[in-house]
Amino acid sequence: MSRQAILLGLLLAAFVVAPAFAGPYLLSVMVVVMYFAYVGQAWNIMMGFAGQLSLGHTIYVGLGAYTAAALFVHFGIPAIFGLFAAAAVAVAAGSIIGALGFRFGVKGVYFALLTIAFAEFTRILFEHFTALGGTGGLFLPVGSRDSFDLIHLRGHPLMFYYLILAMCVGIFLLCRKLLNSRLGYTWLAVREDQDAAAALGINVFRAKLTAVMLSAGLTALGGVFFAFYYNNLFPNQAFGMNRSIEIILAPIVGGLGTLFGPILGALILTPLGEGITAATEAMGFKAAGIKQLCYGLSLLAIVKFLPEGVWPWLRLRLGLGDGEEGE
Amino acid sequence: MSPSPPPLLLIEGLVKHFRGLRAVDGVSFRVEAGEIVALIGPNGAGKTTVFNMIAGVFEPDGGRVELEGRSLIGLRPDQVCRAGVGRTFQLVKPFGNLSVEENVVVGALRWTHEITKARAQAREVLDLLGLADKRRQPARSLTLPDRKCLEVARALATKPKLLLLDEVMAGLRPAETDRMVETFRRLNRETGLTIVLIEHVMRAVMALSQRVVVINSGQPVCEGTPEEVVRDPRVLDCYLGEEPL
Repeated sequence: MSRQAILLGLLLAAFVVAPAFAGPYLLSVMVVVMYFAYVGQAWNIMMGFAGQLSLGHTIYVGLGAYTAAALFVHFGIPAIFGLFAAAAVAVAAGSIIGALGFRFGVKGVYFALLTIAFAEFTRILFEHFTALGGTGGLFLPVGSRDSFDLIHLRGHPLMFYYLILAMCVGIFLLCRKLLNSRLGYTWLAVREDQDAAAALGINVFRAKLTAVMLSAGLTALGGVFFAFYYNNLFPNQAFGMNRSIEIILAPIVGGLGTLFGPILGALILTPLGEGITAATEAMGFKAAGIKQLCYGLSLLAIVKFLPEGVWPWLRLRLGLGDGEEGE
Repeated sequence: MSPSPPPLLLIEGLVKHFRGLRAVDGVSFRVEAGEIVALIGPNGAGKTTVFNMIAGVFEPDGGRVELEGRSLIGLRPDQVCRAGVGRTFQLVKPFGNLSVEENVVVGALRWTHEITKARAQAREVLDLLGLADKRRQPARSLTLPDRKCLEVARALATKPKLLLLDEVMAGLRPAETDRMVETFRRLNRETGLTIVLIEHVMRAVMALSQRVVVINSGQPVCEGTPEEVVRDPRVLDCYLGEEPL
């Protein structure tokens, strides 16, 4: 077993046994860490693997969250079925954005602008969508907190804790498998040079579209978790630009295109933000936006000193080799 | 009398304009399976434009491009590759952040879905081109001659019927040129690989090609064996100069 596998095993073990020692506050922070690791991993498929920058990625979180929540609130459809609809809606939205952008040769930053535009007008759409609460928000009925009802996703915080942990493990294994597959190589080739990829027989349009669809669908599952964990949804939160930024910070800080990057990034950023907030509150003053300021500063530091992210640097420092992760 | 089988590559009356500039104007030639043909001419003669029209990068304004009797016109570059045409780029396009071996694996995945098979093929090709000991390096760390080699390796890994080489010898030392020429001759002899090359290094053209097509200002000048072409006054006039080689 490689040292990377051992490191990952230890981290997983720590998260599995943590509820036995940690209090509710710490556990809720750990849920946030895992949530951002999960959606960061999903975003990383599109940007880190296929090289397509999405700056409006929260559109898929929002669509997934609203779809599953609306089906539950209005029709009583349990989350376990709602998640398929949620993923389908997000995949459809991703296909439209991707097909439009890639068909008309919208590349790089212009594609990123397109993704922001879609997220923004979806936000405005939902603010006027009164059947789903509009700006007033959509609220899920809170069930018994003592049950462990995975079908309806109602119940104890521990259930959500282990659910998001399982989702993180699942998406990690999926991404690892993808990177060692034909599709993964196809994405990397497209990311590095589209003309050269095409000359080697790769259908660039299809490769990029597959990445967007998969990333959108997986991100939507994160949205379903978000909706049922927090029980309330507001358009400016679900589709807001600042949410999109939050999603992409962890993989950028941790290391774009790597498997550990999003996990490591979330492990660094979320406790940092929480710690700063707690510290300022303990000192008796409320500094709104201090968390965002810290995120901004850490992003600056990363771009300046470790442009490839923390993980590639740490991997070298720990002597974990420069080979493929997880091998 | 049965009709003779179509040539591997047929180019007929190929025309391409760029905003009034006649980049390629009536170029025709054919390449039989197993041949090595050189396409030469001065800078700006339209050689790379011809390649780009074969490879599906540009759609010709007129003329025919056929591979084994099947038209390639209207196909995208990836479809032309899957039809059996491998190409290199004059301005090399390595996948910089991938390792040398991974670069070649991408090529091999043209014909297989299995990574292990693709990797085995990649190692074989890298051995052949003398890049085996650099296979773990990121491609961006390679020198220009090695990058040219990598272009060839990637294209070869797709197992093409026809290989288009765009100035892969430029910048190589004579000894390296000779080694690469020898590699192509062996591939041609052992696997029947058909090659069309654009080349300025006459040492390689003379040693490698069985036939040479000369173009100038987008128009055909002449065609013949290397020995015939280098003595042709029209070629001396437009390209090689009056000095005897």
